[in-house]
Amino acid sequence: MERLRKYGFVAGFLAVPLTLYTVFVISPYVQAFQLSLTSWNGYSSIVRYVGLDNFGRLFEDEVFWRALRNHGILLLVLPLVTIVIALLFAFLLNLGGGTRGAGMQGVWGSGFYRVVFFFPQVLAVAVVGVLFQAVYRPDADGVINGVLARFGLDPVGWLIEPDLALWSIIAVMVWQAVGFYVVLFSAGMAAIPKDYFEAAALDGAGRVRLFFSITLPLLRDTVQVGWIYLGIAAFDGFALIQVLAGDKGEPDGATTILPITIYNTAFSYQKVGYASAMGVALFFLTVTFAVLTLRTTRRERVEL
Amino acid sequence: MTHPGEITRRQLIRRIGMTAFVAGPGAGLLSACATAGGGEPSAAPATSLPASANPRNPFGVDAKKPLEVAIFSGAYGDSYAKDLHEELYKKAFPGVTITHTATQEIGTQLRPRLVAGDPPDVINNSGPKSMDLAALAAEGHLADLAPLFDAPSIDDPAKKVRDTVTPAVIVNANVSGKDLVLNYTVSHRALWYNAALFADKGWKVPATWEEFTALGETAKREGILLFAYPGQKGPYYQLWNVLYTAAKIGGNQVILDLDNLVDNAWNAEPMKRAVTVWVDIQTRYGDKAYFGLDHTQTQIKQLQNKVLFYPVGSWIENEMAKDKPQDFEYAIAPIPEVTGSDKMPYGAIQVGVGENFVVAAKGKNPQGGLEYLRIMLSKEGARSFTEKTKNVTVVNGAAEGVDLPAGLLSAARAQDRAGQNIITEARFEGWYKELFDYGTEQINVVMAGRITPEEFCANLQKKADDVKRDDSIAKQTRSQ
Repeated sequence: MERLRKYGFVAGFLAVPLTLYTVFVISPYVQAFQLSLTSWNGYSSIVRYVGLDNFGRLFEDEVFWRALRNHGILLLVLPLVTIVIALLFAFLLNLGGGTRGAGMQGVWGSGFYRVVFFFPQVLAVAVVGVLFQAVYRPDADGVINGVLARFGLDPVGWLIEPDLALWSIIAVMVWQAVGFYVVLFSAGMAAIPKDYFEAAALDGAGRVRLFFSITLPLLRDTVQVGWIYLGIAAFDGFALIQVLAGDKGEPDGATTILPITIYNTAFSYQKVGYASAMGVALFFLTVTFAVLTLRTTRRERVEL
Repeated sequence: MTHPGEITRRQLIRRIGMTAFVAGPGAGLLSACATAGGGEPSAAPATSLPASANPRNPFGVDAKKPLEVAIFSGAYGDSYAKDLHEELYKKAFPGVTITHTATQEIGTQLRPRLVAGDPPDVINNSGPKSMDLAALAAEGHLADLAPLFDAPSIDDPAKKVRDTVTPAVIVNANVSGKDLVLNYTVSHRALWYNAALFADKGWKVPATWEEFTALGETAKREGILLFAYPGQKGPYYQLWNVLYTAAKIGGNQVILDLDNLVDNAWNAEPMKRAVTVWVDIQTRYGDKAYFGLDHTQTQIKQLQNKVLFYPVGSWIENEMAKDKPQDFEYAIAPIPEVTGSDKMPYGAIQVGVGENFVVAAKGKNPQGGLEYLRIMLSKEGARSFTEKTKNVTVVNGAAEGVDLPAGLLSAARAQDRAGQNIITEARFEGWYKELFDYGTEQINVVMAGRITPEEFCANLQKKADDVKRDDSIAKQTRSQ
């Protein structure tokens, strides 16, 4: 009886959010799975089932594979670069100043840097996109190319050379994400008892040693979370790539990604069923990635 | 996103026979959740409304019924509807309430409303997010405009509306065998240049490819590019340009073959030749930076006299009106003679009708919708549109006496000179959008020199073959 009352109380609180979640998150997913088995065009009220045909087509779809290749690059590069830079900055901001007076502290002016690092995070993706359009503009009116032109260098087609475009976009993604992870890792570092560092410092450990022997191992969980977030971000990139590169994977499919391909397939080519199949594929890719990351990085928690 | 001329009948006739789908098990349930409204599958064709005998109110409009008008707010803006056409409608039916919706995302905003059975009465289906009309037609969402075309004209009740508009309107109204779309504007596409600059420098508009490249050399010495197109947001401008050049070399049949998915149509000699000569122009007189500029940036460069020729349509003048310096005078130039024995003589340009308007069959006031279009097609409605947007409508003679800007006058004169030599529009753009989009992607690749013209043609042919084989895409044909 006691138990029932307790769970009834909890259930009462959970009912509303669970219902909302089911209606607005779970049910669209279920519908997407269902639609992926059809050839629905988004207009008709009659829906024809085609079984797994859509998935068969996926395997022969050049654009799909191109998108996967680009996601692969994003998945390898984006989390790695962002986390390395964010860790470095977070370390410098929090512990990089060495011991002074009472304990460990960041480099001089770290309070100011902390705010500045966070700036890009506050900007909407569309704003970032437009901003970097100006930065990457391929003629001498571009911000970077304008500087290059001063030194007598030829303008670089950041977004129009197939070898450069995706990297240029990854740079923007890193630029935007770093601030958030600096804050995240700073919080993680703040949770590490200061005496660990002080003891190690007294024993003569330098900053590099402090970082690799104490900070990084104790930040493991936080970094893991960051890795998953960034991995999932690597499966998105919709707005940024749409604004910077356009919606057809310009140039030459170098920036093709699944979300944009799905959007085009559904809303430009009216193949909602086929687009849903791509969505389902994307869903499984994302879930697989998250599970793999969690599995491979699982380890005993270090008790503080 | 302001390309009104981009979509002359963008999404036509794609899915005839859509309603012949066989519903599989559970389809009823699925459609109920997927289409938000579901209900009985409506295989009903376009709704025909009974015409009334009264020439002043041929559709029997109920003056008390409110009307909703949805306008794509692109280069024409939406005030022509709000301040002109809707006011005329209110004058005809005093006291009526009109809801005006303006959006740049026609499909995104309206498709759910159509599917849910709550559409606006009049829809200006244009812009990059315009809706697939053939699919809407197959669902019975579009009202039959035949009663409109057969209704008496507002200006002369003795005349039918169909006799007051340019004949291309009637030809292009047809979707899936019925007259469902009204194309409202006329546009002219070829190469656009600054006539004032040419007069100033004493340059002659090139009529042959030799003169064209010679001018390219002259311009190069002055630091001006002969030609550029926007590689980022408007590569289709260059795809059009290449298609029209091919049609000029080999006649309109080249484009008809592409539209009809004729085997090896993309590998035809005129097509290869057209791509080759333009790639050559890009290599010798172009600047690769333009591959990364959008249409506005490119058009600004032209206004700064950094680019001589730009492939676009007559909407350019209005689109750039705010930025155009006083001493810049837009004028149209036909594509120069390429081979010396082109099928179409020098002077051939593309003249098309565009800017789609449809009436929702399942709306609350389809009669009002038809009447609204009839008002748009009145001399007053058309003339005021031209005055406001500086674009010519399909209504015959409605632009007479209107003070037209230089570019439009130039286009009108070019059309007179072209006479019967009008380059036809490539309709696969609306029929097989995947093929068209692929073309706009590949045109950048070939113009940038990353593939050869032969490879471009072969790639497009492969895509066209894929479309031809794909049973899920309804095929269209044209004979003229």
